[in-house]
Amino acid sequence: MTAVTEPTEQDQLAYVAAKAADSRVNVELETDDGMTLNIGPQHPATHGTLRIVAKLDGEQVLWAEPIMGYMHRGYEKLVEVRTYPQVTTLINRIDWLGSFANEVPFILACEELMEIEAPPRAQYIRTVLHEMGRISHLIMGVGDMGVQIGALTPMFYAFRDREYLLNQIEAATGGRFHPNFDRIGGVKDDLPAGWIAETTRIMKTMTAFCDQMDDLLMGNEIFEQRTRGIGVIPPELAQLYGLSGANLRASGIDWDLRRDSDSPMAWKHADFKVITHTDGDSFARTWCRLQEIRESAKIVTQLLDDLPSGPIMAKVPRIIKVPAGEAYVATENPLGEMGYYVVSKGDLGPFRVKIRTASFSNVSIVPWILRGVYVPDIITILGSLYFILGDIDR
Amino acid sequence: MIPLSSADTATEDTSAEDAPAEESGPSDEMREALLAEIAGLLGDSLVESHIVPGKQLYLRVTPESWKETHRVLRDEMGFKFFEFLSAIDWMPSPFGKSEDASADAGIPVTKVEDPGEIEQGFAGGETRFQVFTRVVDISHDTPGKSVGVIVKVDVPDPHEDPEPVLETLLSIYPGTNWHEREIHEMFGIGFTGHPYLEKLYLPTDFEGNPLRKDFPLLARHVKPWPGIVDVEPMPDDADESDDDSGAAAEGGDDA
Repeated sequence: MTAVTEPTEQDQLAYVAAKAADSRVNVELETDDGMTLNIGPQHPATHGTLRIVAKLDGEQVLWAEPIMGYMHRGYEKLVEVRTYPQVTTLINRIDWLGSFANEVPFILACEELMEIEAPPRAQYIRTVLHEMGRISHLIMGVGDMGVQIGALTPMFYAFRDREYLLNQIEAATGGRFHPNFDRIGGVKDDLPAGWIAETTRIMKTMTAFCDQMDDLLMGNEIFEQRTRGIGVIPPELAQLYGLSGANLRASGIDWDLRRDSDSPMAWKHADFKVITHTDGDSFARTWCRLQEIRESAKIVTQLLDDLPSGPIMAKVPRIIKVPAGEAYVATENPLGEMGYYVVSKGDLGPFRVKIRTASFSNVSIVPWILRGVYVPDIITILGSLYFILGDIDR
Repeated sequence: MIPLSSADTATEDTSAEDAPAEESGPSDEMREALLAEIAGLLGDSLVESHIVPGKQLYLRVTPESWKETHRVLRDEMGFKFFEFLSAIDWMPSPFGKSEDASADAGIPVTKVEDPGEIEQGFAGGETRFQVFTRVVDISHDTPGKSVGVIVKVDVPDPHEDPEPVLETLLSIYPGTNWHEREIHEMFGIGFTGHPYLEKLYLPTDFEGNPLRKDFPLLARHVKPWPGIVDVEPMPDDADESDDDSGAAAEGGDDA
């Protein structure tokens, strides 16, 4: 038998360290000044390929730094070589759960530059689909928050109820996640027969889902213990970091672009509440999202009730040339404020598009918020910030 | 839908027609008053401004006053909500829009004969590069009252003049951290005082600054692309449909 030298403990450590440096595997490295914990990029708790490197002192985080770019697709460069109608196909994939909501601000920015406005029926249909996208998105957010603390049931209920919504979105647009349905000047098609009645019925299911989650999750003692007082974001800081959506409103700031901007969309015709919470912790953020589902369901029902008749497309030229100029339009998307800064030179395609995504700003507070927390809270804080990797990396 | 009486519809129509004129008036005034107030605070550092009535207010400031401008906007004007920081390369792309047939035929990276002059957008400019931010005052919750301003600044070409001219805004808006890192890797524009201006998205050994217009998008040149050729003729225009199908056939041959 050939003698195989037993590897020393030092050899093993060196091997593990080299592996970690090379392939960025999920390992822990111990040094003299604390331990470096590498979370991701394939960790199930990080919603995709976000990698967080945290320096630990025992159970406490000394500092943490997210490392991005595993999913960077360079949309800001790609849209420069596309025509305006082709852009919606790309930008659909930014926040893939929000589906239709991604297209809306870009189309609104183009319409602002072209000085056209979609007819009222188209605006209503847009708003309804936008809100349905929000519900299907936030449902996942709430269900996912359950998973982060070890409660799997809410996730399955979320998947079950989201299916109803996706079926409806598919029935109207032809796509479940990437509808590509919004057009400059209106929407592609009218709603199919029987869609309104079915959607109104499903909105009742969504309200029932919220009631169920209120019982299952919000009233759950373990959930409260894991989230109350954890990851508190002060309102001033939330603004300076550019946090938006439920993350901002959970810190007590009453700001919602659906109500606070003069968007041409149909939100001004609906009666809804802007949900805020004063605590600013993980619990408040999740709670706000859950209540927003109720409000969105209300908006959808109201708008479908008084859906105006009429055309669904404004008169637009067959080949779309957007006049030279600049416009920034943002809407309140499921994750927060999403805006497009479109610079046109009067060509068939945009000259430059800056995409302001909600998750990018929301996650930028992570190094601050993770400082000093305990390791298990990293997961709940990230879950409560609720981001989509495609929305960070673009 | 509840049927409206014709009288109701008529009044609604007139109000809808009048509304834009009425709205653009006051909001114009609102932005002009805001601009006057900002101009008073900034003094000489405000170079130029532009108002899109009812929509947006653009400012252009000197690079030296970049940080001070944001401090004034945040502390004295209440623009506390940091929306984004980005940059733009105003040079027309030397590779064109890559929409023409030569790109579709797979001819590798051709430079356009005359890409055109550099032409800056709203609020003007003198340099090829500009950095801009948008900050918002979100303390008012009445629709249309919460306004944002877009602040632009001229930046020299970082490849010719690598010394950064802008100070980092980290101490004013901590959220600028990743935005500045992104601009640094995408355009090469640096920010003095930023403690960790490393690549954010791109691999550490990536060379070049992809969002500059002189950085070719190679994927677009190595693969045929339908481009602007509309292969599906509209049913109502018979004349154009002939042209279109011809163009499509040619495109097919080339590919």
